[in-house]
Amino acid sequence: MALATRTGRRPSTTRTLWDSTVGKKSVMAVSGLIMLGYLVVHMLGNLKIFFGADEFNGYAHWLRTLGSPFLHHEWALWIVRVVLLAAVAGHAVSAYQLSRRDIKARPVKYAHKRRRASYATRTMRWGGIILALFIVWHLLDLTTLTVNERAWAGHPYQNVLATFSTWYGNTIYIVAMAAVGLHVRHGFWSAAQTLGAGNARRDRTLKFLANALALVLFAGFVSVPVAVMTGVVS
Amino acid sequence: MSTDYAHYATGEPIADTKAPEGPIAERWDRRRFEAKLVNPANRRKHTIIVVGTGLAGGAAGATLAEQGYHVVQFCFSDSPRRAHSIAAQGGINAAKNYRNDGDSVHRLFYDTVKGGDFRARESNVHRLAQISVEIIDQCVAQGVPFAREYGGLLDTRSFGGVQVSRTFYARGQTGQQLLLGAYQALSRQIAAGNVEMHARTEMLDLITVDGVARGIVARDLVTGKISTHYADAVVLASGGYGNVFYLSTNAMNSNATAVWRAHRRGAYFANPCFTQIHPTCIPRTGEHQSKLTLMSESLRNDGRIWVPKAQGDTRPAAEIPEDERDYYLERIYPSFGNLVPRDIASRAAKNVCDEGRGVGPGGQGVYLDFADAIRRMGRDKVAEKYGNLFEMYERITAENPYEVPMRIYPAVHYTMGGLWVDYDLQTTVPGLFAIGEANFSDHGANRLGASALMQGLGDGYFVLPSTINDYLARHPHRTAVDDGHPEAAAAVREVRACLAKLLAVDGDRTPDSFHREIGELMWEYCGMSRTEEGLRKALARIPEIREEFWRRIKVPGRGEEFNQSLEKANRIVDYLELAELMCLDALHRAESCGGHFREESQTPDGEAARRDEEFGYAAAWEYRGTGAAPVLHKEDLVFEYVHPTQRSYA
Amino acid sequence: MRLNLRVWRQQNPDTPGAMVTYEVDGISRDMSFLEMLDTLNEDLILRGEDPVAFDHDCREGICGACSLVINGDAHGPERTTTCQLHMRSFADGDTIDVEPWRAAAFPVVKDLVVDRGAFDRIIQAGGYITAPTGSAPEAHATAVPKADADSAFEHAECIGCGACVAACPNGSAMLFTSAKVNHLNVLPQGSPERETRVLDMVAAMDDEGFGGCTLTGECATACPKGIPMPSIAAMNREWLRAVRKHGGS
Repeated sequence: MALATRTGRRPSTTRTLWDSTVGKKSVMAVSGLIMLGYLVVHMLGNLKIFFGADEFNGYAHWLRTLGSPFLHHEWALWIVRVVLLAAVAGHAVSAYQLSRRDIKARPVKYAHKRRRASYATRTMRWGGIILALFIVWHLLDLTTLTVNERAWAGHPYQNVLATFSTWYGNTIYIVAMAAVGLHVRHGFWSAAQTLGAGNARRDRTLKFLANALALVLFAGFVSVPVAVMTGVVS
Repeated sequence: MSTDYAHYATGEPIADTKAPEGPIAERWDRRRFEAKLVNPANRRKHTIIVVGTGLAGGAAGATLAEQGYHVVQFCFSDSPRRAHSIAAQGGINAAKNYRNDGDSVHRLFYDTVKGGDFRARESNVHRLAQISVEIIDQCVAQGVPFAREYGGLLDTRSFGGVQVSRTFYARGQTGQQLLLGAYQALSRQIAAGNVEMHARTEMLDLITVDGVARGIVARDLVTGKISTHYADAVVLASGGYGNVFYLSTNAMNSNATAVWRAHRRGAYFANPCFTQIHPTCIPRTGEHQSKLTLMSESLRNDGRIWVPKAQGDTRPAAEIPEDERDYYLERIYPSFGNLVPRDIASRAAKNVCDEGRGVGPGGQGVYLDFADAIRRMGRDKVAEKYGNLFEMYERITAENPYEVPMRIYPAVHYTMGGLWVDYDLQTTVPGLFAIGEANFSDHGANRLGASALMQGLGDGYFVLPSTINDYLARHPHRTAVDDGHPEAAAAVREVRACLAKLLAVDGDRTPDSFHREIGELMWEYCGMSRTEEGLRKALARIPEIREEFWRRIKVPGRGEEFNQSLEKANRIVDYLELAELMCLDALHRAESCGGHFREESQTPDGEAARRDEEFGYAAAWEYRGTGAAPVLHKEDLVFEYVHPTQRSYA
Repeated sequence: MRLNLRVWRQQNPDTPGAMVTYEVDGISRDMSFLEMLDTLNEDLILRGEDPVAFDHDCREGICGACSLVINGDAHGPERTTTCQLHMRSFADGDTIDVEPWRAAAFPVVKDLVVDRGAFDRIIQAGGYITAPTGSAPEAHATAVPKADADSAFEHAECIGCGACVAACPNGSAMLFTSAKVNHLNVLPQGSPERETRVLDMVAAMDDEGFGGCTLTGECATACPKGIPMPSIAAMNREWLRAVRKHGGS
């Protein structure tokens, strides 16, 4: 009898995930959440700057000895770096491929233009690119110290002060943090939907959480350059 | 010419030879047992063409493919999911007796025969009532989201004044949900390669070889390409012909071309004058009106229908005092009031409007007033019951029915007539079957509410897939037909010639202007109430319109392209012939029954008077050429189980 | 009313199209948008020009055939289908832009008509319950909790018009696909095919060249039947669940 049957072997879980728009989007969601978690910790660590150079530099040193004696010097840090690198790569490659696909799926624009969706939603792509560029600068500035004015290894407090003593350092940083806020605002809610955590009842809570995270991250990060500019931290 | 047409001859009587004898409850089982079967292994060698993808066509296509036949299916829409069955609101009847309220197969059978005013075939109706039960099971298994009670079981309601709650529903979108169920089943077979689906393709002719249906000629509506398709049997599930009236509740593209062209090739057309006019539709607003929208009949449960007592009273409803209003249904039918059957409510509305007491633009409307209901039940309660209907009304008319009374007017809704079929749903052309609204079989002269969906699905899922086996088993090895066959070539030639002629006239009138003209004529003379004089007028006028059509029609563009004007014009060609047959059928049936009201045949108090002695038959008409008098074949209707009685609602 | 219409005209898929301006006069506020286009077409035919092709059928908002982007909005300014949009939503003298659905997966056939066959193919991939005719158990054999039945109905209301795709900046069909997945997956009858259904339908959706979802919410705003946005999250959940259970099997 000619009944429809579906007997074909399915590809592996990884293949299914990576070949599907829904799967790629969930890669973005998971990697985004990893980065978001890192950002929250990073922001909290930054706030130590308000307790003076010794505490801040001590914290930075502690990060390198984290997990000792079980972990060798800086191993914990490298583990975090590798995870983050993977997250950034997964996030960026998925974003790039999905964006290419999305643009191809809508080749002709409407003649009658109209503003669509929220600002945060519409700026996800550009915001992402800005953030990627910022990360490069940020690493060159405060990790490798290549472009830092002070470049005093092992003394992040002094290096941070040096960065935020320049107009361009402040500008780049504050613009990037605004991008972080917007990106997180849509990204967090979006990740929840992608991972299937969203439903009608939970929607308000998720939107509130997304806004709160965005605001707290922005305020926490930006408080440092503002404090340097206003002389609260010197 | 018209007098010639009306001088029809009466030919040999026609009889349904397929229904078995014996107790009515056993006939369907017996027929299935007596029918020859096709070996499952041989089924894939048989091709069946199905035209249409509504409830009947969609269900038939899916089921035949499941059985192993090779199905080639057509619809003029861009997707099989858009067939007009989708617009049915109310529900679907089934004799499940879940309410324990005394329903049974026999009661549904009885109600349907009586509702059809004793012009339907008992065997068919009983089978329909039996199958109704299986339809619900089938639809639930497919995932049709019927309304349910808190206990998780199916909810039912009483519909159209019936005393039992046997109507299953999915809010106001039952047709949509049932159609999507059939569409999904069909989709599964398309994916499996068992159904070859041709969307945006319209059947334009039937190919018969030695009097047997062997294929169709179709036009690809995107490219304009004319193609031929051959099969062992052809099934028409192309719906009703209500659009002959131009304004109806049918979809804009619903048309009669498939059935009419089959009629021209030898299929008898039965009871064409039996049309159902629904009383609660939104009135037209002007010349531009393209279609009419129906609102559920349930509104009459709480709304009161009235018009001003005085002619030409143009005051707003609120300014007309109570004693200057005429609640005419309550006055004429004190015991049933606003709940009289559809045809009576419709005719009464027409009468008061003809007296010059209609309301709204053009005086073609009556009030359906909820002021009393709002006072009695409260606005919230009314909103809970009718909220979505009120919303729909307000969207279309921009009037708030909570503040001002609704205006309603009857509109053509369903056609009970159609191709004559036997118990096996086979037409008079061997190998040509007609199912759903396209045939005439089950509703007699009037259709009960919530029975159209039942019949469409019953025919498609259960009846046709059983009966078509018998035909295929008895005619197993047909010689292949191809385009070289003279009868196939002739059909293609005729189709091409008709299209070419339409394009060549290059006159000065649009297709729509002709459609509107024939529609208005039919509404006037072959609408809610008919007279010999009016019908004769219409019969005189139709050939003139037809002649003018072929002189003045203007169809822009070419045939070999997407050309919606050409599609329309080509359908009007058929309406211009079908309209003539409808008028003749209405003229010859000098009785009132069901949806057909002849003013000459009424009781002293103005009610429809049926004349069983003279007209207790189904009228099957044989085509004899455009404008040529057809031949009438009578099928005598025998009532062994439900004895004819005259309706009374006074 | 007098109106300026700017309508997309395109002879066939292979020739380029353009916005063409028409003036229509004597338009009644009670006309539906499609009746206004009928009026324009009657004029065009009599002037010997090609009338504007557009899809339409039931004209009561349920068949899903009509499909116009009016002033940048799928189905125009009201939350309904184009056929139920009335001219009273516009003002005398307005200029109205009328365009076809725009998406790579919905190629233009002619003027305002597009090919939505991709939707049919998504349904064919798994948007059904395998229940051959005659095999059904008694309808009351399985009770369905009312909440599930209502949820199934809410999603089953989709009319397949394609407004979601037309409104989405990525031309994504997630709302359409999720409506069918959620309709069938919530029902006990649909549960045996729950995983294969969502995997196959999402794969078919991707194969048809629809874009991915960036959760802009444009689809749910444009949907004339109010298929809700959380429908997409619910399908994502079903999909991830299915990948866990069926990946590599």
